[in-house]
Amino acid sequence: MASAWELGWADPRRLHRHGRQARRLLDDARAQLAEGLGVRPDEVTFTPGGIAALRWAQEGLRYAARRRGQRLVASAVEHSAILTSGRHVAAMANDPLLHAEVGVDRLGRVELGAWEGAVAYQGTAFAALQSANGEVGTRQPLQAAREICQRHGIPLLVDATASLGRDPVPRDFDVLAGDARSWGGPPGLGILVVRTGVRWRRDAPPSELEHGRSDIEPVIPLALAAAAAWGDTSGSLPVESADARRLVDRIRAAAAAVPETEVAGDPDDRLPHIVTFSALLADGEALVTELDRRGYAVASGSACTSSTLEPSHVLAAMGVLTHGNVRITLPLAGVAPAREATVDGFCAVLPEAIAAVRSQLESR
Amino acid sequence: MTAADHPSDSRPGPGPGTEVLVDARGLRCPIPVLRLARTLSEEPAGTLVRLLATDPAARVDVPALVRMRGFELVEVAQEATWTAYLVRRPAQG
Repeated sequence: MASAWELGWADPRRLHRHGRQARRLLDDARAQLAEGLGVRPDEVTFTPGGIAALRWAQEGLRYAARRRGQRLVASAVEHSAILTSGRHVAAMANDPLLHAEVGVDRLGRVELGAWEGAVAYQGTAFAALQSANGEVGTRQPLQAAREICQRHGIPLLVDATASLGRDPVPRDFDVLAGDARSWGGPPGLGILVVRTGVRWRRDAPPSELEHGRSDIEPVIPLALAAAAAWGDTSGSLPVESADARRLVDRIRAAAAAVPETEVAGDPDDRLPHIVTFSALLADGEALVTELDRRGYAVASGSACTSSTLEPSHVLAAMGVLTHGNVRITLPLAGVAPAREATVDGFCAVLPEAIAAVRSQLESR
Repeated sequence: MTAADHPSDSRPGPGPGTEVLVDARGLRCPIPVLRLARTLSEEPAGTLVRLLATDPAARVDVPALVRMRGFELVEVAQEATWTAYLVRRPAQG
C-alpha cells in the first residue's frame, strides 16, 4: 500500500514520465482485475467504493431504459443501497409500482416464481440480485434468475460486494458491482462492470474518465492496492474458502447447541465466511457488548443495535428472529492468522455469554 | 408513551376462553416478546394472550417466537398506532 502511494501519485492524463507511469499502473491494475473477473478491461470502471458502484449501476441502467420504464425489480434482501434508491425513485414519482421487492424463503433465497412475475411486469427497467447475502451468506440462484431476465429482455445487475474474493466470481450478470474490501483490498474503492452491449448510460455531461462511465478520477494507489490484494486473495481462494467454511461450521454448530438459538441462512449453499444466529429472549445490544467484553467483535441485525431502531430488513424478510442477533464476518486468514484459535475461543464462551444476557432480562 | 400509561398484565379472570392482556406499547425489543413468552408459560395451556406492541421488531419476532415454541398465532390486528397479537399455547399432546 505504501509503495502504491509512491508509484501512483501522478496525473495519468499527463504525458510526462510520471504521468505515463501512473497511466500504465492504472491500466495494469484494471487489466488484472478484469482478468480475474473474466471480463474485458474496458468494461471495468473504478468507483469511490462499493456503494457508489451499486448506485452508478442503477442510475445508468435506469436512465438507459427511460423510454421503456423506470421500474426496479429487486429481492427483498438486497443491499440497502439498492432498496433505498428504488424506494426513492418510486416516492419521487408518486408511483409505488416503480419499486418491486420480491420475497425470499426462510433461508433468504429469492422466490423465482415471484421473480418472474415481477420481471415480466410492464415498465420494468432492470432487475437487481446479489450473488450472495452479506448478512446471512445465502447464495442466490443467479443463473435461473438471469435466464428469466433474458427471456423478458431485462438487464440484471448483480451485487457482488459481499462475495468477490470469498466465493467464485459470478458469471451470470449484465452489470456487476464490487467492493475492494471484500477481497482484502483498501476501503474507498469499488468496481462497476458493464458488459459490452448492455444498455447503460450516464445521465450527465460526457466524461473522458473511465471510458465515459465516471467523472471522478480513480485514486490510482487504491486501484493498485486493490489489484495486488486480488492477486493475493484469488491465489489462495480454494484453500481460504475451505478453511473459512470449516470454521464457520464450528460456529454454526456451537450456536445451534445453545437452547432456543437459531442459525439463519442456508447451511451449505452460502458464502464460506459469514454466519448469523439469533438467541430467543436475549437482547442483541447486550449480547454484542457481552461478547466485546470477552474480546470478540461481532455485529448484529437486532433493532436495538441500529440507529433507526428497525431490525435488519434481511432477517425480517426471511421471518427469522431479529432480537438477540449476532453476525460474524470471518476475516481472511492472511489478515487474521490466529482466526482458528479465536473461533474456538468464541465457541467456548458463547453459551455463557448468551446465558448471562438472558439472565439480565429476567426481571424485565 | 411509557408502559406506566397502560395497565399491564390485567387478568379478566380464570376459566375457558379467558384472555390475558399484555400491554407492551412503548417498550422496545426484546421486552414485548419476552413478556408475551413469560405470560404464555405462566398461564394454563389454551389461554389466549393478547399482546399490544408498538415495537416494529415485534412484527417479525412474535411469529418467530410462535414458530420456535410451537405456539399458535390466532390473529394479528393493526390498530391506530400499535399492533395486537393474539397467541395461544396449545395443550400438550
